[in-house]
Amino acid sequence: MIFEGLNEKFQNIFSQLKRKGKLSEKDIQEVNREIKMALLEADVNFKVVKQFTKNIGERAIGQEVLSSLTPGQQFIKIVKDEMTTLLGGEIERMDFVQGRQNIYMMVGLQGAGKTTTAAKLANLLRKEKKFKPLLVACDVYRPAAIKQLEILGEELKIDVYSEHDVKDPVGIAKRGLQKSVEGHYDLVIIDTAGRLQIDEALMDELVNIKEAINPTEILLTVDGMTGQESVNVANEFNRLLDISGVILTKLDGDTRGGAALSITYTIGKAIKYIGTGEKLTDIELFYPDRMASRILGM
Amino acid sequence: MYMGSFDDDFFDELEETLILSDLGAQTSVKITEALRAKIKETRSKSKEEVVGFLKEILVEMVQVETEKPQLPTIMLIVGVNGVGKTTTIAKLSERYKKEGKKVVIAAADTFRAAAVEQLDEWAKRVGVDIIKSTTGADPSSVIFDAIGAAKARKADILICDTAGRLHNKVNLMKELEKISRVINREGEGFSIHNLMVLDATTGQNAINQAQVFHECVEIKGIVLTKLDGTAKGGIAISIIDEMQIPIEYVGIGEKSEDLIDFDPKKFVDLLFE
Ligand SMILES: Nc1nc2c(ncn2[C@@H]2O[C@H](COP(=O)(O)OP(=O)(O)OP(=O)(O)O)[C@@H](O)[C@H]2O)c(=O)[nH]1
Ligand SMILES: Nc1nc2c(ncn2[C@@H]2O[C@H](COP(=O)(O)OP(=O)(O)OP(=O)(O)O)[C@@H](O)[C@H]2O)c(=O)[nH]1
Ligand SMILES: [K+]
Ligand SMILES: [Mg+2]
Ligand SMILES: [Mg+2]
Repeated sequence: MIFEGLNEKFQNIFSQLKRKGKLSEKDIQEVNREIKMALLEADVNFKVVKQFTKNIGERAIGQEVLSSLTPGQQFIKIVKDEMTTLLGGEIERMDFVQGRQNIYMMVGLQGAGKTTTAAKLANLLRKEKKFKPLLVACDVYRPAAIKQLEILGEELKIDVYSEHDVKDPVGIAKRGLQKSVEGHYDLVIIDTAGRLQIDEALMDELVNIKEAINPTEILLTVDGMTGQESVNVANEFNRLLDISGVILTKLDGDTRGGAALSITYTIGKAIKYIGTGEKLTDIELFYPDRMASRILGM
Repeated sequence: MYMGSFDDDFFDELEETLILSDLGAQTSVKITEALRAKIKETRSKSKEEVVGFLKEILVEMVQVETEKPQLPTIMLIVGVNGVGKTTTIAKLSERYKKEGKKVVIAAADTFRAAAVEQLDEWAKRVGVDIIKSTTGADPSSVIFDAIGAAKARKADILICDTAGRLHNKVNLMKELEKISRVINREGEGFSIHNLMVLDATTGQNAINQAQVFHECVEIKGIVLTKLDGTAKGGIAISIIDEMQIPIEYVGIGEKSEDLIDFDPKKFVDLLFE
């Protein structure tokens, strides 16, 4: 893989550059080409890579890079800093408010990890914030989707609101919310069916659910292994729903997870949590600097 | 080098198209180089012709001899989490059933919540026999039972669902090896035709997936799912190029009829749409 040994590669290029003493435009281009290849191998979106490397190049010229004893490391540091800032810099937490209802809506492509993540979040926030959670099963399409959420709820001893044989996700969401008020649940997490961002009817359905329940967070769940497509997905879900944040799943794999950078760069919304396994405790806060290291293969 | 009217901009744009389709930087460069050579060789000046060359190069890359499964056959369906394995089994069942074949499916994902119920629901909808056990059971023993049932029922095809697993999880990959050993041992009289399911939205990580799954259970073909979205599935090209494993089927929706044969030309045309 191109990516392994990025560090050494940079050291090499820079020790050559250093001998020359001065960075020419061509030198910068060469370094940028290496970074570009590295980021593409990590699945950062092509358009994001283009803009990102341009910015980095500009920042690197004339900076402390060449006079440094370790210009390669210095340059990588700039890249990593820039990326960390883009990924959100500070850890961004959910918009929780004690004493009022917190209503979260899980959305995303098919198989991204919405249902599993809904259960993980309910469990985590019950423990950390002492919320009383209710899961609401609004995927009326996928075979056994409701059952899946019910089983997860049972396992965690978290209540699940579901309606079998009712094909009306908006209605289920409303009635779930109603139940949560009656039962004094202060955290409601709505699971929705996976859908393509180009599926107008199903995207409309999400808009209708949003209007019906007025969620405090709309969380786009994205598979961490996603390639170039991540920006199209994020753009469209965000355009139609004005999402509040992203959850990146399956980061227990060996993907570099360039989707993280691509998405935050494109829509400017924070990644809030990451999924790191199939167990219901495998969820962690998102740390921008760790993610930057991962994307850069460091 | 003679490039006629094909300047850097042309190649930059080409590279962008290929990379945005997830072909990956290395494969994209390889293709661009092949095209440069072709332009030089033919001294072609027509953009249309050059795009034609490019498509030819790509079609050639993705065209790999497919081995038709010899019936009766056992298919083990593998892949990472959420790619569409279980749904693909419903689709394959429907297809073979329509061809008049006797299909049995095995619910050997005993791990994920409601995985058995999901496959069971599909078995009812499509109308095929299912062999299942309870959640938490040993998947190898489900497969063992299923092979027995397939023999007894004189099935033409036994399709086995497995739990999604990431290829870097050593224990889970060992479990898959064990399942594969059971199939090899018990599947006497059956050919073995394992398929890896690959989500078209997957990036460069798919190459690792294919390599590790192939090392673990010999993969005869790939099913590329979710091509009804806007993702192009270009990473499959890199996989085919590197491993010479063909794409056999393409998933284009969530219903049991949404499975089509892989068509290299159509697939390549889609990259440029
Ligand atoms: N390894 C790993 N697997 C995960 C993670 N999150 C979810 N999964 C798995 O991914 C698969 C899909 O998860 P689901 O929660 O069913 O995904 P979904 O988005 O609800 O799927 P649809 O409802 O079909 O759109 C399952 O096998 C989960 O166990 C994670 O962080 N790591
Ligand atoms: N749009 C689209 N969705 C698909 C396709 N194939 C499967 N899906 C959807 O993808 C999601 C996951 O499919 P599953 O068949 O459950 O995937 P899996 O690989 O069995 O998942 P795990 O067992 O959890 O690893 C479901 O919502 C399916 O409806 C396809 O070709 N197109
Ligand atoms: K996926
Ligand atoms: Mg779901
Ligand atoms: Mg499955």
